[in-house]
Amino acid sequence: MWGYILRRVAIMIPTLFITSALIFTIIELPPGDYFESYVAELRAMGEKVDEERLQFLREEYGFDQPPIQRYFQWLGGWFVGDFGYSFAYELPVSDVVGDRLFLTILVSFFTIIFTWLIAFPIGIYSATHQYSWGDYGLTFVGLIGLATPNFLLALVMMYLANLWFGTAIGGLMAPEYLDQPMSWAKFMSIMEHIWIPVIVIGTAGTAGMIRRLRANLLDELQKQYVTTARAKGLHPFKTLTKYPLRMSLNFFIADIGSILPQIISGAEIVAIVLSLQTTGPLLIEALQSQDMYLAGSFLMFLAILTVIGVLLSDIALAVLDPRIRLAGGSTK
Amino acid sequence: MDTLSDPDKADALKQAGTKDAGTNGNLLSVRDLRVSFDLQGQPLEVVKGASFRIRPGTVTALVGESGSGKSVISQCIMGILPKNGSITAGSIAFADPAKDGPVTDIAALLQSSEEMRKIRGGRISIIFQEPMTSLSAVHTIGNQVSEALILHKGVHGREAREQTEAMLKRVGFPDPHRAFDMYPFELSGGLRQRAMIAMALICGPALLIADEPSTALDVTVQAQVLGLLKDLQAEFGMAMLLITHDLGVVSNMADEVVVIYHGEIMEAGPVEDIFRDPQHEYLKALLAAVPHFDMQPGERLVSLRAAGSRPAPAEPAKTPAKTKDSGGAPPILSVQNIVKTFTIKKGSWFGGSEDQSVHAVDDVSFDIARGECLGLVGESGCGKTTVSKIITRAVTPDQGAVLLDSGDGKGQVDLTRLHSAQLKQIRSGIQMIFQDPFGSLNPRMTVLEILREPLAIHGIGDRAAQVTRVTELMKQVGLDPRFASRYPHSFSGGQRQRIGIARALALNPKLIICDEPVSALDVSVQAQILNLLKDLQSELELTYLFISHNLAVVDYMADRIAVMWKGRLVEVAKRSTLFRNPRHPYTQALLDAVPYPDLDRPLDFETIRARFGTETAMWHDVFRPQYEDGTPAQMAFVEVEPDHRVLVRAGAELSEVA
Repeated sequence: MWGYILRRVAIMIPTLFITSALIFTIIELPPGDYFESYVAELRAMGEKVDEERLQFLREEYGFDQPPIQRYFQWLGGWFVGDFGYSFAYELPVSDVVGDRLFLTILVSFFTIIFTWLIAFPIGIYSATHQYSWGDYGLTFVGLIGLATPNFLLALVMMYLANLWFGTAIGGLMAPEYLDQPMSWAKFMSIMEHIWIPVIVIGTAGTAGMIRRLRANLLDELQKQYVTTARAKGLHPFKTLTKYPLRMSLNFFIADIGSILPQIISGAEIVAIVLSLQTTGPLLIEALQSQDMYLAGSFLMFLAILTVIGVLLSDIALAVLDPRIRLAGGSTK
Repeated sequence: MDTLSDPDKADALKQAGTKDAGTNGNLLSVRDLRVSFDLQGQPLEVVKGASFRIRPGTVTALVGESGSGKSVISQCIMGILPKNGSITAGSIAFADPAKDGPVTDIAALLQSSEEMRKIRGGRISIIFQEPMTSLSAVHTIGNQVSEALILHKGVHGREAREQTEAMLKRVGFPDPHRAFDMYPFELSGGLRQRAMIAMALICGPALLIADEPSTALDVTVQAQVLGLLKDLQAEFGMAMLLITHDLGVVSNMADEVVVIYHGEIMEAGPVEDIFRDPQHEYLKALLAAVPHFDMQPGERLVSLRAAGSRPAPAEPAKTPAKTKDSGGAPPILSVQNIVKTFTIKKGSWFGGSEDQSVHAVDDVSFDIARGECLGLVGESGCGKTTVSKIITRAVTPDQGAVLLDSGDGKGQVDLTRLHSAQLKQIRSGIQMIFQDPFGSLNPRMTVLEILREPLAIHGIGDRAAQVTRVTELMKQVGLDPRFASRYPHSFSGGQRQRIGIARALALNPKLIICDEPVSALDVSVQAQILNLLKDLQSELELTYLFISHNLAVVDYMADRIAVMWKGRLVEVAKRSTLFRNPRHPYTQALLDAVPYPDLDRPLDFETIRARFGTETAMWHDVFRPQYEDGTPAQMAFVEVEPDHRVLVRAGAELSEVA
């Protein structure tokens, strides 16, 4: 087992290397750089541009060097925890991202829990009561959730939250706590605001998960081994949880691989609509303004999390499913 | 006969006035049972007033074809009917010998009620046909077997494990301690079915329902499992309801027989009466539709129902125009010393892996004469399908040659050396008929498209000519040409197999490889298809390579039979010779394991039991392919009589065995 994990980790290195090259190339592709967009913006506002200062900045950040050299400088920085410099924020990338990371993880964590709590009982109910009124009703609600654009739902929720609870619109906390150090009051304020994005972001995922759980469970419920378990005289609920549900969880575990990157990137548009202080809007701004180190490092974070997520779900699958663990005729 | 099929009358006569007149000493009385299934709002009655009884400690066989409702009855008794099915009338009275108290009416119990759950698995248990899918793949054998014990007997921990291991040992696991922690996919089909049996018997039920317990197994494994069931039934003193379509199994296992057809009981009685003096037309027809070994040359199976009508052959097909004794004429196909090795990556998913090579086909040679039918017999995994794939060049052999004489004057062509363009041309002369009539037809193509496809691929004729040919083909196999625009799903299994046969005939092949063409079909349909294949062979002067695990079917079809074991041919002989005088111990074991639908030829369970798990240990030295130290021996064929060859160690004389 350990040898397997070690080999998998070793394979991750070239994967990530190629990803980083791709990311850098794609960011380099559009003509110009951050400073050109910056100048264009200043000119548009009718302000004077200090050409000399611009030239100084270009040299300072190595933009007079060939891209290949800058790529390796950027990559080399990763090994010492230097992810580059954000021009827009005039701060190191780690400082810009770090602040928002906590809030993002918080929102994502609650979203995932919300999704699971809602999807599991409904999915199991729908599968065991196939074609009943309950199944049809829940399926209908789920499909609406799947079909409604998240940003629209966000607008509706914001309106309702303000109307019914008087919660200030937008953001993850009341405005007075912005840029304040963490305190109990600030935390409570976050808790007060967080349910809106959690519901908005979670709805589509919940609906999708209900459909998949229902389909998987229905497949498994047809299998002969379920009849065998029933024929033993097992209680129907025990039969369900021990056999078909256990088997239908494989897809769910395989999902973990994609959940990890979602934690960081998830739901950019909703975050903009709700003006959440999460990382999603940050990535979009960085890409728009060609703030290349911020964008590049951010995309690399996602790549690393994806690779780790897939590794974790593979290991979990092997632990849970003996057919994967023991395939090939090995003996214990 | 009447009294048996109507327990009410029998009971009323004998036991009038007694307290439990409902069962009259019967373990189970099914009375006027009616079951309906709800198919999209339409009720469909699948069991129509069935009545029969099961006596304690006896084996009752419930015989019928697929769709006759026999499995539905077993589901009613177990209380595991699917959700869309319901018992609309009748009763199932169960008198549990363990408690002398009241009789339980299972039909009146709620399926999920606690009372029903106590009976299910505890007092009545069931084993299913498919040992591969009946067990959960992610739970260990021990976990699944001991579950019933923990549930019904309240036994826990070490004691549960001990009892489970004892049960596993009783059903024939060589190392029950290790088997307890193994997963189903690590076991062979036979052992899985043994695990199922252990699971069903661990609570010591009063009634065991065996739903086609041996149908999915190889013939030698089937005989062993049947022997085990018979032993256990006697040992535990339980009653057994054996559900099967195989009359051979019935005659070897049952004390009483109930014949069911379309949800109605046709005939019921002791096995002696049923086999020696069948009353009902259906049962007589069923007995006539099964191929058996005592058929006279030229005798035909009588198919149960009139099949699709075919144009009468131009000449009577009594004596097939065979040229098998044509002396010097070269065989149509000559397979010479083919070898195919597959490499299996063996090893854990995590640790290092080692490659292991398996000889799927090991030095196989045979000839097929023009117009002949060669039967290739062997159990699953023996390499017979690989041989068929090599002949069609779906697989290229590592060594050896496959010489085909298409009869076009070009002489023999070695198929293993051809390139794709040449292969395409030669392949029209070799066609295949597959086992699975459902999986081998594309569900999105109409019959016309399916049958036109080979013609289109080989560019034969224009569209009109191809459509004419399709019409002709459909008539030839007994299908109504008006059905050409239908899709496969609107045909029955037998009709689909006819489509498969028509497709194989489309290119006027000389050689047809039939790979288990009837093993997925019901007995009655099987007879139709076998007769059709026989007729086509004589009308079109076809040559068959007929692959099957069913010896009776091969016996009916083949002129010569080759027996295959672990990638090698072990015995080749004329049909009559092989069955009269089998010389190789494997052939003997195969023949001994066939259950005959004949009370005077019971299976010899003693011998079968003695053979279990011994592999080649009981064979005479000259037949064993390995020396004591495991090194492979040089093997060669010796001719024991004309046209009868047996594989023995090189230099050995078969007279040594005699």
